[in-house]
Amino acid sequence: MQDGARGEPRVETSELTWDEVKTTTCYMCACRCGIKVYLKDGTVRYIEGNRDHPVNKGVLCGKGSAGIMQHYSPARLTKPLVRVGERGAGEYREVEWEEALDLATDWLGQVRRSDPRKLAFFTGRDQSQALTGFWAQKFGTPNYAAHGGFCSVNMAAAGLYSIGGSFWEFGEADWDRTEYFMLFGVAEDHASNPIKIGLGKLKQRGAKIVSINPVQTGYSAIADEWIGLRPGTDGLFVAALIHELLRLQKVDLDYLVRYTNAPWLVIRAPGTADDGLFARSDDGKPLVWDKAAGAPALAGLPDAAPQLSGEVTLPDGRKAVPVFELMAERFLHGQYAPDEVAERVGFPADSIRRIARELAEAAFEREITLNIPWTDCNGVRHEKMTGRPVSMHAMRGISAHSNGFHTCRMLHVLQMILGSIDCPGGFRFKPPFPKALPPPIKPYGKPGEIVPGEPMPGPPLGFPTGPEDLLVDEDGTPRRIDKAYSWEAPVAAHGMMHMVINNAAAGDPYPVDVLFMYMANMSWNSSMNVPGTIDALTRKDPETGEYVIPKIIYSDAYFSEMVPYADLILPDTTYLERWDCISLLDRPISEADGVADAIRQPVVEPDRDVRPFQDVVIDLGARLGLPGFVDEAGAPAYPGGYSDYIVNHERAPGVGSLAGWRGEDGTSYGKGAPNQGQLDAYIENGCHWIHHLPDNHRFYRHANREYLEWAQSVGFVGSTEQIVFQIYSEPLQKFRLAARGFGDVLPPEQHKKRVDAFFDPLPFWYAPFEEAMVPGDSFPMHALTQRPMAMYHSWGSQNAWLRQIHGYNSLYINTVRAAEHGISDGDWVWVTSHHGRLKAEARLMDGVNPDTVWTWNAIGKRSRAWNLDADAPEARKGFLLNHVISDLLPDHGGYRYSNSDPVTGQAAWYDLRVRIERAKEEEFGETVPALAPLNPPEGLPQTPDVSRFGTGFTTPEGRR
Amino acid sequence: MTSLPDTSGAGQKKLGLVIDLDVCVGCHACAVSCKEWNTGGYSAPLSDERPYGDEPMGAWLNRVHSYQADDGGRTQTVHFPRSCLHCEEPACVTVCPTGASYKRVEDGIVLVNPETCIGCKLCSWACPYGAREYDYDHGVMKKCTLCVDRIYNDNLAPEDQVPACVRACPTSARHFGDLGDPQSDVSKLVAEREGYDLLPEMGYKPVNKYLPPRKRRDDRLEADASRVEEPLAGDGSALERLFAWADAKLSG
Repeated sequence: MQDGARGEPRVETSELTWDEVKTTTCYMCACRCGIKVYLKDGTVRYIEGNRDHPVNKGVLCGKGSAGIMQHYSPARLTKPLVRVGERGAGEYREVEWEEALDLATDWLGQVRRSDPRKLAFFTGRDQSQALTGFWAQKFGTPNYAAHGGFCSVNMAAAGLYSIGGSFWEFGEADWDRTEYFMLFGVAEDHASNPIKIGLGKLKQRGAKIVSINPVQTGYSAIADEWIGLRPGTDGLFVAALIHELLRLQKVDLDYLVRYTNAPWLVIRAPGTADDGLFARSDDGKPLVWDKAAGAPALAGLPDAAPQLSGEVTLPDGRKAVPVFELMAERFLHGQYAPDEVAERVGFPADSIRRIARELAEAAFEREITLNIPWTDCNGVRHEKMTGRPVSMHAMRGISAHSNGFHTCRMLHVLQMILGSIDCPGGFRFKPPFPKALPPPIKPYGKPGEIVPGEPMPGPPLGFPTGPEDLLVDEDGTPRRIDKAYSWEAPVAAHGMMHMVINNAAAGDPYPVDVLFMYMANMSWNSSMNVPGTIDALTRKDPETGEYVIPKIIYSDAYFSEMVPYADLILPDTTYLERWDCISLLDRPISEADGVADAIRQPVVEPDRDVRPFQDVVIDLGARLGLPGFVDEAGAPAYPGGYSDYIVNHERAPGVGSLAGWRGEDGTSYGKGAPNQGQLDAYIENGCHWIHHLPDNHRFYRHANREYLEWAQSVGFVGSTEQIVFQIYSEPLQKFRLAARGFGDVLPPEQHKKRVDAFFDPLPFWYAPFEEAMVPGDSFPMHALTQRPMAMYHSWGSQNAWLRQIHGYNSLYINTVRAAEHGISDGDWVWVTSHHGRLKAEARLMDGVNPDTVWTWNAIGKRSRAWNLDADAPEARKGFLLNHVISDLLPDHGGYRYSNSDPVTGQAAWYDLRVRIERAKEEEFGETVPALAPLNPPEGLPQTPDVSRFGTGFTTPEGRR
Repeated sequence: MTSLPDTSGAGQKKLGLVIDLDVCVGCHACAVSCKEWNTGGYSAPLSDERPYGDEPMGAWLNRVHSYQADDGGRTQTVHFPRSCLHCEEPACVTVCPTGASYKRVEDGIVLVNPETCIGCKLCSWACPYGAREYDYDHGVMKKCTLCVDRIYNDNLAPEDQVPACVRACPTSARHFGDLGDPQSDVSKLVAEREGYDLLPEMGYKPVNKYLPPRKRRDDRLEADASRVEEPLAGDGSALERLFAWADAKLSG
């Protein structure tokens, strides 16, 4: 208490408005920051960032700071529910957990005993995929994935097949040293706080930030240069930069020879089964051409001086050329010249040339040297680490296009020729990356691998390296319900959750019996073609009168739009009420200089009859008798639930969910026996573990012997062999060869042309599919979404604070274009695609590519969902762009492919093409389509007219 | 009417914020963390009307506005966090009929005493910065307290004794300190970056300062880029010249 001077009121300035502080991990988005939760009498008083945490280092974003309102949301489900009316009608019966779990066990058990494929288990924004994937494998179904197929698989796959790591959240710029930073298509998604912290550092140091994004919001607003590229043309822009750097001869040849497959020889034998494969030694090692010896030599030898251009004749008479030559031919082609691409990308040729020069200047004139000795994979010791201070980061704006995989590969090629991957000042891997190229895990689910009552011999998701790894029947029919790993999406490494419901309803490739989903708002913002998806969820077989998707189990903590479409609803807890682990086996939270993982601990007790989804999955596994979830006697293997599993489950001997404090006494890390005190050790350390790397492990990790030896010892890599970056991707060529008729596993006729075209072993640019297929004069504009910084996914709308920031979304239109259409700020407009039509309020802005309209993602809500009032603006004025995005491409030759990347199956959200027209004035005011209001379960509370949250933490004296 | 204390003396403490518009990305972290702390602190509660209904509206002590500006022919988006500037001569205090609004002598923080505030809103009319927030449910005026119950709170670690907005800001766009001390970090930052007052012509002498966006760096880089020379002219296509260059380089 301070005495007020001069008769000022006395103010209590040191009041204790909390009685306890607990650490845990945020879940207000996918960033997974460390938080400190202040509690008073068991109520959450305040949440702040944990200064010791590797992800956020103390800061916290607007979403994380609003966690209190998420935790106390009136949309929280309160008890298990069984649907009693028709799907969507919102008539439920509350049941006890025992009944709910019995029902689920009955449904799932029948499927497992007859045909395990008839379970489709897809888990949305799941942060426990190491558990749920393991569960699916033990259940015996290949039909498992989380939401990566409609999120970021283009980035993950392109990276893992090119450099052994990826942008996404698995790498970061060297924020303390980079001089030139390019941000491609990043609004606000993964790694949101780390990027903000990093941008702050760059600004302080005066490094140049270039943001490439059709929309000038957020990060683009503070960039030194904003390039409002036309959507889907990033690859063309990057190709032009590569073109220009090659023309300028600004290429790090030494880096290319040492660390990439630029010198590797590619067999040139058109019309044969070897064409385009690497020339290899008898024991399968790639070869280069030793110019001095005039003979082939093994790639990667320390004193090699391999030839980078010129066709050579191999001892067996076959012709071969180095990758470098093929790459140079590809990118020096006139089609990628700045003058050629400028109009299409919407950025002047001179400016493209300038950016290329700036990159060259930063990379080659500002070389960084750190006096850190290290040893490469050949055992050669280097006294210094040199670096090229150019770094890049890319995400959804690249990922969400049907040309995203190749565009992202092109970005990695640009990084390679600049010599700026995992060097000082460049883009840096976060361990456990880099990994083998690609990681040596194959997807399971082939014929013979799915047996009633038995687990699959391996995991459902992995990384194919050739047609023999596809999950297809003999005639090429997809084995998975989502058609992942089929000829339609051979490298669908994260599955294709966006196709599951519509495929299942169509019985294509087969019907399912149980659809089991978690934390995925598939009847709303997580699906393309929302009306079609709702139709699929509610469609009945006219002959039997049964739903075509017979049983739907859904787990969610909240009354999302998906809840009324499920038959059995398993209410989850909030993120503050549960155990979780942020595992290296799933999506790590490491930083470049350290490997890290983390836990969530329950900081408050649930006040409802809800259970953490992971506890429920483990319980169901035991009830079903799944191997790994029961002991030899058939008793539950983890009677303590998820926290028991986190500590005691071993994926391989000594390898478990958490890497820290392993070994019986907790003194080892990485590998070690389960430690019963492990969770206490995590809690003691602020709910995270980090191992900081010694200096000689910090760069060049793809070729750093000491790092790789350590990485192998802790189980991150299988061997200490150098991880050679792949400019030219041989696995892609293997698929292409199959399309040309070579090999044992061949695509059906209808897919051959497509596979041949898009499995180019060198990256290339092509027009996004929808743009190429719909008439440009009918649909002249691009339409896309940006994720707002203060709202994530659909969860935010139930949040009393965040919805005051984003209560509804408008359609943002370039001022000049709007004038051409006679549209004024605040008018309402019709947005029409080849698939559908919606109405939205228009807002005008200058900072948007003229051919692009955009809106904030997932603000629009269905009426009464999330327990919002019927007159909530989210439903009246807010809209979903999803309504006009088709899940299928237009008909081409009698078949409609998924609206996805042809290599990875990534949903092409941002390929959308539309036309806009001003609505009539009498049409202003409300959005269309407006779906019928949902009916919240009776257990949900009445929402208050006024919230006075916070009353009672402080005393009246404290406020006087 | 309420009179101001004499805070003109040398050495007078002037606590305030320095907000860097060069790095603010408009993420609302400051606004939400402010609301979160203060709804359970000195200003409790910061009520929200219709929190789940139409036009939800609550009291926020800090808001972020986004504008588009024309920066020399180039479009610029500016994110602008707005809160009380703790003016040296605040009209909101002098206009207060009950003395509820006052400026603290010891540190210059402008506070409202909720016990004596009658909710007449004269202060919000007087404030040219729109920094005052009327809590309709509570019936009193609320405003930024500079987290007076954090910055002196011995229950928090010393590094946490800063306003919640400063504690949360992910880009380090917000700085807190004594702007009355020319040697303080914030004062030096203001001097170095030419920090400025909002609406200085009004004469209220705001303590908080804003740092302008730095000059965009493309011009310098453009000059630097000229250091990158054109390759030597040679025979053949760019492709052939590239191969010849690479060949020579690797052989050398």
